[in-house]
Amino acid sequence: MTSPASLRRRLATQLIGSAAILAAVLILLFLSFSRQIAQNSQDNILLASATSILENISVRNDEIVVDIPYSAFSMLGSVSNDRVFYRIDNDDELLTGYSDLPRPDIQAATNAFATRSYLDADIRTVSALKVIAVNQRIETVIVTIAQTQEGLTDQLNALFKQALGIGVGFFIISSILAIIAVNRVFRPLQDLATSVSGRGPNDLEPFNTAVPDEMVPLVHALNSFTGRLDRSLSRSEDFITEAAHRVRTPLATVRTQAEVFLRRVRQDNNRTTLKDMIRAIDESSRAAGQLIDQAMVNLRTDVLDRKEVNLGECIVDAVQRLQPIASLRDIDLKLAPMDVHFAHIDPILIQNAITNIVDNAIKYSPPETEISVQIISESDKIIIRILDQGPGFCQDDPRTLLGRFVRGQSSTDKIGSGLGLTIANDVFIAHGGGLRLYNRQEGTGACVEAFLPR
Amino acid sequence: MRFLLVEDNEKLAQAIQDRMELDGHVIDHAATLNSAEEFILSAQYDLVLLDIMLPDGDGRSFLSFLRKSQKDTPVIAVTARSQVSDRVGILDLGADDYISKPFDFSELEARCRAVLRRRNGAASNTQKIGTIEFNRLAGTVSLNGVDTALRNKELRLFEILADHPNIIFSKSKLVDRLFSYDEDVSENAIEVYIGRLRKHLSGSNVVITTIRGMGYRLSVE
Amino acid sequence: MCRSILAAIILALASPLPAFQIQEETVFEVDKKAGALRIISTADIDLFAPIIKSFQVQNPMIEVHYIGVTSTEIMTAITQENEAFDVVISSAMDLQIKLANDGYAAPHFSAASDRVPGWGKWRDSVFAFTQEHAAIVLSLDAFQGLDLPKTRQALITILRENPDRFRNRVGTYDIRESGLGYLFATQDARTSEVFWRLSEVFGQVGTQLYCCSSEMIDDVSAGDIAVAYNVLGSYATARADIADKIHIIQPEDFTTLMMRSALLPVNAPNTEGAGLFMDHLLTLAWSAPRSADFPFPNGTTDETANSAKLRPIRMGPGLLVFLDRFKRDQFLNAWEATILQN
Repeated sequence: MTSPASLRRRLATQLIGSAAILAAVLILLFLSFSRQIAQNSQDNILLASATSILENISVRNDEIVVDIPYSAFSMLGSVSNDRVFYRIDNDDELLTGYSDLPRPDIQAATNAFATRSYLDADIRTVSALKVIAVNQRIETVIVTIAQTQEGLTDQLNALFKQALGIGVGFFIISSILAIIAVNRVFRPLQDLATSVSGRGPNDLEPFNTAVPDEMVPLVHALNSFTGRLDRSLSRSEDFITEAAHRVRTPLATVRTQAEVFLRRVRQDNNRTTLKDMIRAIDESSRAAGQLIDQAMVNLRTDVLDRKEVNLGECIVDAVQRLQPIASLRDIDLKLAPMDVHFAHIDPILIQNAITNIVDNAIKYSPPETEISVQIISESDKIIIRILDQGPGFCQDDPRTLLGRFVRGQSSTDKIGSGLGLTIANDVFIAHGGGLRLYNRQEGTGACVEAFLPR
Repeated sequence: MRFLLVEDNEKLAQAIQDRMELDGHVIDHAATLNSAEEFILSAQYDLVLLDIMLPDGDGRSFLSFLRKSQKDTPVIAVTARSQVSDRVGILDLGADDYISKPFDFSELEARCRAVLRRRNGAASNTQKIGTIEFNRLAGTVSLNGVDTALRNKELRLFEILADHPNIIFSKSKLVDRLFSYDEDVSENAIEVYIGRLRKHLSGSNVVITTIRGMGYRLSVE
Repeated sequence: MCRSILAAIILALASPLPAFQIQEETVFEVDKKAGALRIISTADIDLFAPIIKSFQVQNPMIEVHYIGVTSTEIMTAITQENEAFDVVISSAMDLQIKLANDGYAAPHFSAASDRVPGWGKWRDSVFAFTQEHAAIVLSLDAFQGLDLPKTRQALITILRENPDRFRNRVGTYDIRESGLGYLFATQDARTSEVFWRLSEVFGQVGTQLYCCSSEMIDDVSAGDIAVAYNVLGSYATARADIADKIHIIQPEDFTTLMMRSALLPVNAPNTEGAGLFMDHLLTLAWSAPRSADFPFPNGTTDETANSAKLRPIRMGPGLLVFLDRFKRDQFLNAWEATILQN
């Protein structure tokens, strides 16, 4: 009971354990009861035998004569094949029988039973006495009958087997009933668990399933917890949204004002300052944007909102939205023809990742170059390859770029936070895939491959 | 072009108005959803710039209002939120595109152009400059019926010069308007684009004249 | 009083059974001897020889010593003189049961012993291998002109009506000497009062006492006696040579059925051989049809079919009753008083 193992197992173990104890007690009771009955019936027949001999003791010519009736022994033989011994004494003098047969102590009582050992066997003996007058003297005649206990043992063994059978049967049936009962008791809990795990990641509605009284507090607690979780989640989403709004709106104002101002300023040093200012604003707003994006991505990657979507359409959609930005620098975004690849993905996250990769490529590509996006289907995965004609990655190991806030050496003059590829990497890893960065073999340029498992 | 700017932040709205008027656009500003609805019903706009978060409601309800009143004015949503959470909702409700705050005005222009091109088609909007027919949206200049496609920078340069014929633009002014702030270009880069543009215009009566020490000027002979 | 009882006890202990003496020992030799088997038996050697020979066909290395004795001598040999035998064969069921009861017999389990029905064995120690009638054998000569009796009562009537013809020409066991005779007599007495009336008549006409069935049969066939009472039917039936001189009766009022039995003593020197012999004996006894090697009525033959007149002697502790000293004394006293009247 130290570790909180399965409640069901605990309950089942306890019930089955109780069943086992009950079965054992049942067997023991049955055995001791039947031993008593068997012993009683042996005692009764021994006593009957002894009594029938006592009744045939007489005095003839002043001598004690014992005429053992045939039935005295044959009745013992009719019950079992046990060996029979006897002795008949006048006080302590043997009249007839087995002289070394042990006798139970017999005093005032008219009969006495004992279990002894004789001729290497366990025997049950009974002594009964009779007082007779012989030649005006009072003599006591003691009849002792003994029988081995093999029949009794056989009988008890048979009974034991029967009892064991009954006990085991009882145990098995109670165990089955216990398991059924436990399953039935835990079914509402399981149903609740199923309905909890069957829910979508964003479904934080309270549970209204009918449950047994004992589970009502649990469901209440669960509902209050999901309620709090819901509030907390929406609060953090609200917070992020609000923070973004609060930061970005003033930045937009300042930036716009700076642009307007720049148009009017002639002096070179003032212009440089203004440009630096605009650049700084862009950098911080982009960083803020990506941080917020990453926060949202992290919130979503915990539980992906997967849908069956056409991956090609999804990527085309994302890339086309970047077309205006690319055109500003006369960069051609070339989309290789996309086959229909249906994939089970979170489209919003995948689009966000692709946007980040392509946006990154646009940023580092010289004007009037080309960025191409392809989808390659392999047996075990789908690869989305983004090729540019820029300077390529300067790192020996481009994978370091996937770390947070790591920026390429070529990027000192570019606006960026270094989070773009990290976000994309997180998204693809959450989908069971990943990102691979390398420089193109032919010509210059970088290649980013994002892959998804099939 | 005529824009309707729906933005509750007065300072930002003023700055955007100032900035766009510099490029010769006409801007009406609505600070609330209510006034935005009044504006849209009373005048014809080429494009609406819609802030998503407004004091009297969500910009999204304005989008559905637009659809209900059968106005097909294109809308570019301006959002301060994360792309990840907002994107789908905005586009699904019928915004044509969206742009995140703060934005580069050249990006905004590029997006506007792309939206208008998608919505109106390229054909409707041609302008005659001398013997040249100029289509802003398609980005073509045609001489005697023969179209020549301009690259984006060439187009922008032509637009700037053609919108103000006979006015001299200094190299630095042109650099400001042609390049974004993160592109460190020397003023000599302008000469390259002037050269290309002259090539496109050769054979027409539109000429770009170099005024030494001053800049460039477009004129019709 | 006490003293006289004590004297009786001492007498009983001091004078019991005569010391064991080998009456006759027959050795069935083998070419290559690898073991010996000592069988002590009450059965006539002539009758038993085929069983031993067929046993030696299967076990050619075992030499068999066959020692013929009376049933009381078996008791003496086993219980008092501790003689070592491998197989004990006796017709005295009560003594066989007593040996087993008092712990002298070893239990035996085998496929052959499983053939024996429950009523044919006791404690898996004593195994019956025959069922034989206690018959009345008559001399046809002596009964000429008389109706042959079918019951004891009819025999009583004939004897009473013709005392002279049968004077001293009635024979039966001397039950003081013969264990089988004592067994038959006690069982008769237990079954019916007619036994005592018959004994009374026997006493009146004068009775010859015998040790063995075969001698009685011989005397009947020779005409020395006219009636032999409680003769082993199997012995009489086996005597084809005198079949025309004698008449065998299974009395219709009741016919006692005795089982000859075998047991293996606990102190048998050759346990393995003893087991083999027991199995051989039981297989012969309890398989149908009867083998030519088996001279006794087969346990499965029709002769043993249940019938109202048949009184099989049941194996069990009841048989111990008449072995009790008091009981035996009383019975012998009564018997002597009736049989030995003159």
